[in-house]
Amino acid sequence: METYAEAGKEGKPSCASVDLQGDSSLQVEISDAVSERDKVKFTVQTKSCLPHFAQTEFSVVRQHEEFIWLHDAYVENEEYAGLIIPPAPPKPDFEASREKLQKLGEGDSSVTREEFAKMKQELEAEYLAIFKKTVAMHEVFLQRLAAHPTLRRDHNFFVFLEYGQDLSVRGKNRKELLGVFLRNIVKSADEALITGMSGLKEVDDFFEHERTFLLEYHTRIRDACLRADRVMRAHKCLADDYIPISAALSSLGTQEVNQLRTSFLKLAELFERLRKLEGRVASDEDLKLSDMLRYYMRDSQAAKDLLYRRLRALADYENANKALDKARTRNREVRPAESHQQLCCQRFERLSDSAKQELMDFKSRRVSSFRKNLIELAELELKHAKASTLILRNTLVALKGEP
Amino acid sequence: MSAPVIFDRSREEIEEEANGDIFDIEIGVSDPEKVGDGMNAYMAYRVTTKTSLSMFSKSEFSVKRRFSDFLGLHSKLASKYLHVGYIVPPAPEKSIVGMTKVKVGKEDSSSTEFVEKRRAALERYLQRTVKHPTLLQDPDLRQFLESSELPRAVNTQALSGAGILRMVNKAADAVNKMTIKMNESDAWFEEKQQQFENLDQQLRKLHVSVEALVCHRKELSANTAAFAKSAAMLGNSEDHTALSRALSQLAEVEEKIDQLHQEQAFADFYMFSELLSDYIRLIAAVKGVFDHRMKCWQKWEDAQITLLKKREAEAKMMVANKPDKIQQAKNEIREWEAKVQQGERDFEQISKTIRKEVGRFEKERVKDFKTVIIKYLESLVQTQQQLIKYWEAFLPEAKAIA
Repeated sequence: METYAEAGKEGKPSCASVDLQGDSSLQVEISDAVSERDKVKFTVQTKSCLPHFAQTEFSVVRQHEEFIWLHDAYVENEEYAGLIIPPAPPKPDFEASREKLQKLGEGDSSVTREEFAKMKQELEAEYLAIFKKTVAMHEVFLQRLAAHPTLRRDHNFFVFLEYGQDLSVRGKNRKELLGVFLRNIVKSADEALITGMSGLKEVDDFFEHERTFLLEYHTRIRDACLRADRVMRAHKCLADDYIPISAALSSLGTQEVNQLRTSFLKLAELFERLRKLEGRVASDEDLKLSDMLRYYMRDSQAAKDLLYRRLRALADYENANKALDKARTRNREVRPAESHQQLCCQRFERLSDSAKQELMDFKSRRVSSFRKNLIELAELELKHAKASTLILRNTLVALKGEP
Repeated sequence: MSAPVIFDRSREEIEEEANGDIFDIEIGVSDPEKVGDGMNAYMAYRVTTKTSLSMFSKSEFSVKRRFSDFLGLHSKLASKYLHVGYIVPPAPEKSIVGMTKVKVGKEDSSSTEFVEKRRAALERYLQRTVKHPTLLQDPDLRQFLESSELPRAVNTQALSGAGILRMVNKAADAVNKMTIKMNESDAWFEEKQQQFENLDQQLRKLHVSVEALVCHRKELSANTAAFAKSAAMLGNSEDHTALSRALSQLAEVEEKIDQLHQEQAFADFYMFSELLSDYIRLIAAVKGVFDHRMKCWQKWEDAQITLLKKREAEAKMMVANKPDKIQQAKNEIREWEAKVQQGERDFEQISKTIRKEVGRFEKERVKDFKTVIIKYLESLVQTQQQLIKYWEAFLPEAKAIA
């Protein structure tokens, strides 16, 4: 059992660094989290002076499925069709980490006690890091909703934040799974729309640009994210390699009776400290680069979804136009055709206006987040490189100084 | 914690140390050149000697040698000096796979890597060999370094470094199996043997871990290069100008860092990993020398037993009163008395030589390790310095995103 509060909140990954205008009328955070076997229980704490809520400060316990339910509720809501729905947080996945800890427990007799202790420490830190990340992702999802002028007023959101009992949405039932399946089919049709294969004519330059941009951007950021992950993992591997090296040097040192004794022992110490630094480099790359890329991969998908919805509205509008023309030529049921066409037109224009704003917000959000994370990445890399140089130099001075 | 070692220093050892090791000789192995085609092709290496020692006719000279020439040199030196207690540095390993690729003409990075690895190993081998004061005097070594033509070494199959290692190991196993209850009058030998055994184990362990490090650093390099490419692509897509530029700069930084990782992996291998594997093989040679001493003792012991038998036989002849057989027995006794004396002299000689050799070996080992460790750490510092340079250049670009 691992509680988030125990783990401490310093060093909370701010992977998305969403620019949330400090609006204090609704503040949401995950104040605690507990990991139990298969599931994580998040304590969602709300502070609000809004009249809707019964109290000014309250908490509920939620699990991952309830976040998904909330996300899907937003996506399915016609009212929000013109908005970018913040991407749902990914499912907490401790499988790999748990497997590694288990393997370590099964034991490898060639490993010394110190090595074992260090490896265990590393794996526990890894587990903890995954845990902190999943908390952060769930939190940022809620915080974006709370910051959005329209999305924050949603009834389901209030229920999610306030309703004391569980929402009974755990585990999708068969009907819902079918729904997901159908939605994916619809999505492929949307892909045809958005890639211009359906022959739908885009009327607005801004959206034409956004469409081409987002399609390419999303693919490339997904690529970059996968590769950044691999770099981070290779770095972690490298750091772990220092454990047996340090242990072997230590043994060598204790056995030696000549001047090499101090050399080996100092070297063993050096590698132990280098290991920690390499580990930090790996985790910083993970937080500042991988996680950021991953978040914007999801956010750009959400932006693409918005474009789909708008194009669908455009298609509906065009179809309504055609139906109206037909009705007029036949001079039959003109009035309903007219009102339907007007409805479609209004919907399309409403979506386009709101989408334009949302896409511009997406851009500024993305730019400011990249800026912040790239600066922090560079600063941390510098910090670690300088620390490494220092301990390397100190060791060199000590080694050279000996007879 | 560690057993105290009583290092009995003989007068000769002290003298040698006092003289100091002024070895003014430097060997370089360079310019690998493929000679011939197909399966009969081979690599020729240039061996350059720079020296002010008077035993050589010139102060700087070079010859062309092929790998089997090095193996031939080692086999000659080993056959002359190993069994009397000198630690003869082992030659580099043969490699069928590596060499075949080169012969077949694959001009790819793995065959260039192989040739470079071999070149460096041959250089280290010669440098260690010439550092040995006794081996340096050997005419075969001088011929190897100086003469333009060298008779081709044959039967190098059995006499490669690996071959000798196998022989030594077999001998060691045989000795162990016989459980020679050697009356060790000198605890120094037992202690030293144990020390080397422990050292061998630890070095092997370390070597395995360092090989893993080299492998993972190469992986990191490859992954960094891949990421650099995708960062560049992302930068191209990005429609915010300043961010696009920053991403392109990030891609450039990552490309340079990839290069850095490659260079560091190179250092990891050539400095750290190869040092360890050299010493693992050197220690095998040391163990071999200790085994030769055991065999020498056994020979002496056997001679003493035989002498005893001959004396008993003589006594029997005396009793049986067979005058011609008695004379024969007396001759044999004289013969074996001489053998016993020789056996004792040989054993004392090899013991003395080994003490001196081990002293010299340990001194060299300390120097070797210290030098390489310092060089290796300096390479790590270099890498970090470069990283600082690259990230310091990038930081303003990131800040310029507006």
